[in-house]
Amino acid sequence: MTVIARGGRGRVTSAWRKRLEIAFFVTPALALFALFVVWPIVTAVQLSVFRWKGFGPLTDFVGLRNYLTVLGDDVFVDSIVHNLIIVGGSIAVQLPLGLAIALLLNRKIWGQGLLRTIIFVPYVLAEVIAGVVWFQLLQPEYGVIDGLLGAVGLQTPEQGWLGDPDLALWTVLAVLTWKYLGLAVILFLAGLQGVPEELYEAAQLDGASWWQVQRKITFPLLGPTMRTWAFLSMIGALQLFDMVWILTGGGPANSTTTMATYLINQGTRSQNFGIAGAASVILFVIALIMAVLYQQLILSRDTRPDVVTVKKKKKVIR
Amino acid sequence: MMRKTRGAALVALGSTVALLVSGCIGAGSGSNGGETNENADAQEFTWWHNSNTGEGKAYYDQVAADFEAETGVKVNVSAMQHEDMGTKLQAAFQSGDDEQIPDVYMSRGGGELANEVEAGLVRDLTEDSADTISKISNFTDQYTVDDKVYALPFSMGIVGFWYNKDLFEAAGISEVSPNPTIEEFNGYLDKLKQADTTPLAVGAGDKWPAAHYWYYGVVRECPFDVVEAAIESADYSDPCFLKAGEHLEDIIGEEPFNRGFLTTPAQSGPTSASGLLATEKVAMELAGHWEPGVAGGLTEDGKVPDFLGWFAFPTFDGQGGNPADQMGGGDAWSVSAAAPDAAVDFVNYLLSDEVQQGFAERDMGLPTNPAATDSLANQTLAQLIPVRDGGGVTQLYLDTRLGQSIGGAMNDEIALVFAGEAGPQDVVDAIQSAAEAEQ
Repeated sequence: MTVIARGGRGRVTSAWRKRLEIAFFVTPALALFALFVVWPIVTAVQLSVFRWKGFGPLTDFVGLRNYLTVLGDDVFVDSIVHNLIIVGGSIAVQLPLGLAIALLLNRKIWGQGLLRTIIFVPYVLAEVIAGVVWFQLLQPEYGVIDGLLGAVGLQTPEQGWLGDPDLALWTVLAVLTWKYLGLAVILFLAGLQGVPEELYEAAQLDGASWWQVQRKITFPLLGPTMRTWAFLSMIGALQLFDMVWILTGGGPANSTTTMATYLINQGTRSQNFGIAGAASVILFVIALIMAVLYQQLILSRDTRPDVVTVKKKKKVIR
Repeated sequence: MMRKTRGAALVALGSTVALLVSGCIGAGSGSNGGETNENADAQEFTWWHNSNTGEGKAYYDQVAADFEAETGVKVNVSAMQHEDMGTKLQAAFQSGDDEQIPDVYMSRGGGELANEVEAGLVRDLTEDSADTISKISNFTDQYTVDDKVYALPFSMGIVGFWYNKDLFEAAGISEVSPNPTIEEFNGYLDKLKQADTTPLAVGAGDKWPAAHYWYYGVVRECPFDVVEAAIESADYSDPCFLKAGEHLEDIIGEEPFNRGFLTTPAQSGPTSASGLLATEKVAMELAGHWEPGVAGGLTEDGKVPDFLGWFAFPTFDGQGGNPADQMGGGDAWSVSAAAPDAAVDFVNYLLSDEVQQGFAERDMGLPTNPAATDSLANQTLAQLIPVRDGGGVTQLYLDTRLGQSIGGAMNDEIALVFAGEAGPQDVVDAIQSAAEAEQ
């Protein structure tokens, strides 16, 4: 290659060849991305400025009225709050719990493999299946959970765990914790494998207690894993749909609506596709802002060394 | 460098996921309004229906074959599950493509049909089916837009209370009126509660079963014309709508419902409202003519329970509506705008005495053709016929009547009344503001 490319013409050809090559390999991915990501977004944005019932041409242009309707709708505002509660609640509960279980399962104990599997099984189950199972378990009066609690003489809520507007969201959060704890544990376990054994040995030689070892060595070195997990958890909580739809459908009295259930309710159920489009764009913007903020404020720790080198190089150039 | 890339990749992943969610709401558009029908003489058409199992499917296959033999026109039958059909139909309408839209399909009437008519999707049957329409004219009101009939109802059922005769007897209720007053009805509730039986199951989790209580309040308090005028003028200020909500609050105040009714589904599984009735856990459920079939599917032996009885929604002292009016709904055949003329002949054939009698004999629904109403084999269903045909009007389920947009807002608000978080005025306000947004 280098021999032929010595002449000017050869170099041009090779550069073009390279570009062609890149184009050849990237185009299929780009085409799919455009078809399944860019195009739907463009359509959603387009729909969001029209009033459209699901058939016929888009003629009823309403400008930003759909956005005003969505943002002025208490149900939607509440659903943002519910999403944020689930974001916060998931991290606040699953982080310490997942960490504790991961530390336990990282020890050499009998049945380690089996225990790890059991913890991870809920995550493997399809969300819909887990939802239906929990829905039946949580039935008032006839459900297993009410039966067990009743058998030991405990009072269960009159309308059931999912039927009481004050309890429903927390019940959903509990089920979500059950479902997704396994993912946190497995990620933390993987992170723990990356902590060098020598550090523990050195700490032990220095006489550090178990708690000191965890606090000074394990947690800091698990940092990137925890931050990555928290990011995934946040995105998952923002777009939460399946579990809520099956357990409560957003009810009772809109106490568990999420942005995703709101837009489905408006779109396919009420045929307000414009309003649903506006809600989906708002959901997208909220998710994007949170993702960028998270990247800037929290994940930037993990990228800092790179940022420093870039700055240094710039100085040299000046 | 690796880490930085990963950070960026995470943002990319996050936004992609969010994009995909927001991308779910996407659709194309198209139009076919106002074109002349180039397809009028085609000797082939498609027919979508939802009798996709057992005897019903076999019967419709036979009906299509008979029509083919008679006329030589080929009928492409697609029998699908009800929800699938709804989804596919909506997708076909969204595409706006005549090739995708079936020639003969099921319509639920009301505001939904009006929207389809407005989009130019449905064929006017007023003249081509005049003979048929004259036979079933009691039921065509809900399928009429601007004095033109766009769908032929072939089954029309009414909603009422299905009750467990055994549990009623055990509670000491010896006489059950076929059309009780609210006082008599409350008497049933009291006796059932005294016998430690949960009187009612309602699938408020699905919203519409709960909303049926309010609809019936409207039917009892508002004369049919008042409702029509309100829809026409998008003005729901008539006090009768408020009274409907007050009656609903009174019934909820009796606390007659199953535990956890706010999240109870309508028909799926043994802990659904229909399941609780079928497994003798509650004494009553407000439901339509489908209830025996649904309940039969939820019992251990798969048979329609023998204990099922039926009575009409109670009437109120001094009510504004005609006591003979009932609330219900049905299914009708619509012909799409681009369908061949043979498709119209076919829907007329489907409404003929002969086909409707076969339909009734197989208990596929409550026939609209008077020549077929005596042919119903199932006596439980047959007892609905005299009430339905008792001289009153059958008001369509109001969510269907008002269209999904207003209907959805209405049902959401009624569900809040059941949860004790909204009152009669809120329901009226929700309908009013959704109707104004329509204008």
